[in-house]
Amino acid sequence: MKCLTPENFAIKFGRYGGLFVPETLVQPLTDLSAAYERLKGSDQFKSELESLRKNFAGRPTPLYFARNLSRKLDCKVYLKREDLVHGGAHKLNNTLGQALVAKNMGKTRLIAETGAGQHGVATAIVGANLGFETQVYMGEVDIERQKMNVYRMELMGAEVIPVRSGSRTLKDAINEAMRDWAASFDHTHYLLGTAAGAHPFPSMVRDFQSVIGIEARRQIQEAEGRLPDSIVACVGGGSNAMGIFAPFLKDEVRLLAVEAGGRGPGKNDKTADSGASLGYGTDGVLHGALTKILQDPYGQILESYSVAAGLDYPGVGPELAFLAETGRVQPKIADDHTAMQGFRALSRLEGIIPALESAHAVGYALQEPEALGDLVIINISGRGDKDLTTVMEYENL
Amino acid sequence: MRISEAFLASPLLIVYICAGDPTPEATPDLVRRLEKAGADIIEIGLPHSDPIADGPTIQAAAQRAIAAGMNTDKYFQAAAVAKVAVPKVFMGYYNMIYARGLDKFARDCAKSGITGMIVPDLPPEEAAPLQEACIKNAVDLIFLVAPNTPPARLKMIEEETSGFLYLVARTGVTGARSEVLQDTRDLIARVPGRKPKAVGFGISTPEQAAEVIRAGADAAIVGSVCVDLIARGKIEELEQLVREMKAAVKGAAKAKLQ
Repeated sequence: MKCLTPENFAIKFGRYGGLFVPETLVQPLTDLSAAYERLKGSDQFKSELESLRKNFAGRPTPLYFARNLSRKLDCKVYLKREDLVHGGAHKLNNTLGQALVAKNMGKTRLIAETGAGQHGVATAIVGANLGFETQVYMGEVDIERQKMNVYRMELMGAEVIPVRSGSRTLKDAINEAMRDWAASFDHTHYLLGTAAGAHPFPSMVRDFQSVIGIEARRQIQEAEGRLPDSIVACVGGGSNAMGIFAPFLKDEVRLLAVEAGGRGPGKNDKTADSGASLGYGTDGVLHGALTKILQDPYGQILESYSVAAGLDYPGVGPELAFLAETGRVQPKIADDHTAMQGFRALSRLEGIIPALESAHAVGYALQEPEALGDLVIINISGRGDKDLTTVMEYENL
Repeated sequence: MRISEAFLASPLLIVYICAGDPTPEATPDLVRRLEKAGADIIEIGLPHSDPIADGPTIQAAAQRAIAAGMNTDKYFQAAAVAKVAVPKVFMGYYNMIYARGLDKFARDCAKSGITGMIVPDLPPEEAAPLQEACIKNAVDLIFLVAPNTPPARLKMIEEETSGFLYLVARTGVTGARSEVLQDTRDLIARVPGRKPKAVGFGISTPEQAAEVIRAGADAAIVGSVCVDLIARGKIEELEQLVREMKAAVKGAAKAKLQ
């Protein structure tokens, strides 16, 4: 007899999610899940997190009425300004929460994966601030592409470990962090950066990011006296999208999840020219969860591609896979070109340079304004300073 | 051969190789050579792009094999051609099975003479559908326990496993190590039931193999060191190592009886 049924072993979202990991990682994940369940109800934990959010991260972030963009799209557009969170992106919402959990569990070391470096930077920030030894796994290819973020992490005392296995990008950095954790869990917390992977990460990361949607809900009520017709967010693994969507799941609000179309659907079995796992992917297991993934017919994971490194991931969080299947969330696709248009438009119209990831959400809104209704919130998940070199190179191609 | 028959002659030496490394065509011959050198069970790994339980040696082998064109169709062809008297066991990641379809995969195992499956990223709690497919096709689904598996869970996994119980000798990933840890000995002593116990992860020398048998294991599993020898083209050394490990395992059994 199994002492744990699949139901209480790992939360599932329909058939998605689960805990598909080597036996060595089952206990660390079970311990993490128990600690998180205990802490999330604790007043002390909540007030400590609240204080860090307010005094360190700079929350609440504004919900800004974008007058010029509204005129262009012929509807009322509000921007949720996660680009103003300390560190320059929503990533800190998650790292603050998880680092506090890790501290309560008595861990002394944080490990994390990073693609573009934003999650690595957010982990380095909490590592320095809360006193952890911090090591960040980063693909060799990404280290070359994101030298500034590597230096930022190092300035804050984190060590960046180059990943030379596999495709030497984000997915391999996650593999390497999981391998490290399988030997180091006694004193180390694995601080996964998105609402994907094995239980409890999808639920825990969603909860920590839900602060975005909770604030936005209150702010739009104050400003407009009603809920929006739609919310637009970009999706890589899905943490900023789940963060803003989660508090609106029961409302009549259209939830539009914009994935990276990259150069378009993959043309052969070896590469996927996009990061659109909801749009172009099929069911499979990656990094511990059953979800939608980009894979070949045999189950080998494909390398994804997007001009936005933060959307360059061949999987997606299991809850989004579920919500897309039920129709509650509508997956949409914006390719590189559309994202560039969003990037330029928001910079020029509002004086806000968005991250290339967030520019996918803006670009989609420009492309399909009729899908937005009369009142829309676009989640600006990060600021675009990190992307200037990429944009300059793209424009010169 | 079914795994349970092999264990009638325990202690055993189990040898792992990565299918398709260096080429898909080389695999059947390697399997036959391993049998001749004394391997009692042969684990044939199906390479995956994202092998999270494996260290650098097996990761590199998987990458080479995929680059050389290994895929699941060729895997089963190679397994079918590699006719040996000892049990052949599949080892690979769950997504490769899921992509083919659980029933089809188990059926293809049976058709190609594979009588057991080891899936390192599939805990028993997630395994019910594959278990069903395995039972239908007379294939053993082998589960793993680790040094940090708590007692109640250890008992559950031992009850669920079929063929043998795979004891992961240490936390972390696969790869050759220099010593046998107290953790490993404790784990062997901790397994409550009577199903055969095979110890793997980190075993690379005849001495280590003998040590886990003396500590109470029914089989020693050796992988990365063999994969490394194949990578360097040292097939005669591989055969020699397997012969020596087999002798060490059998010798340790005699020492235990005295």
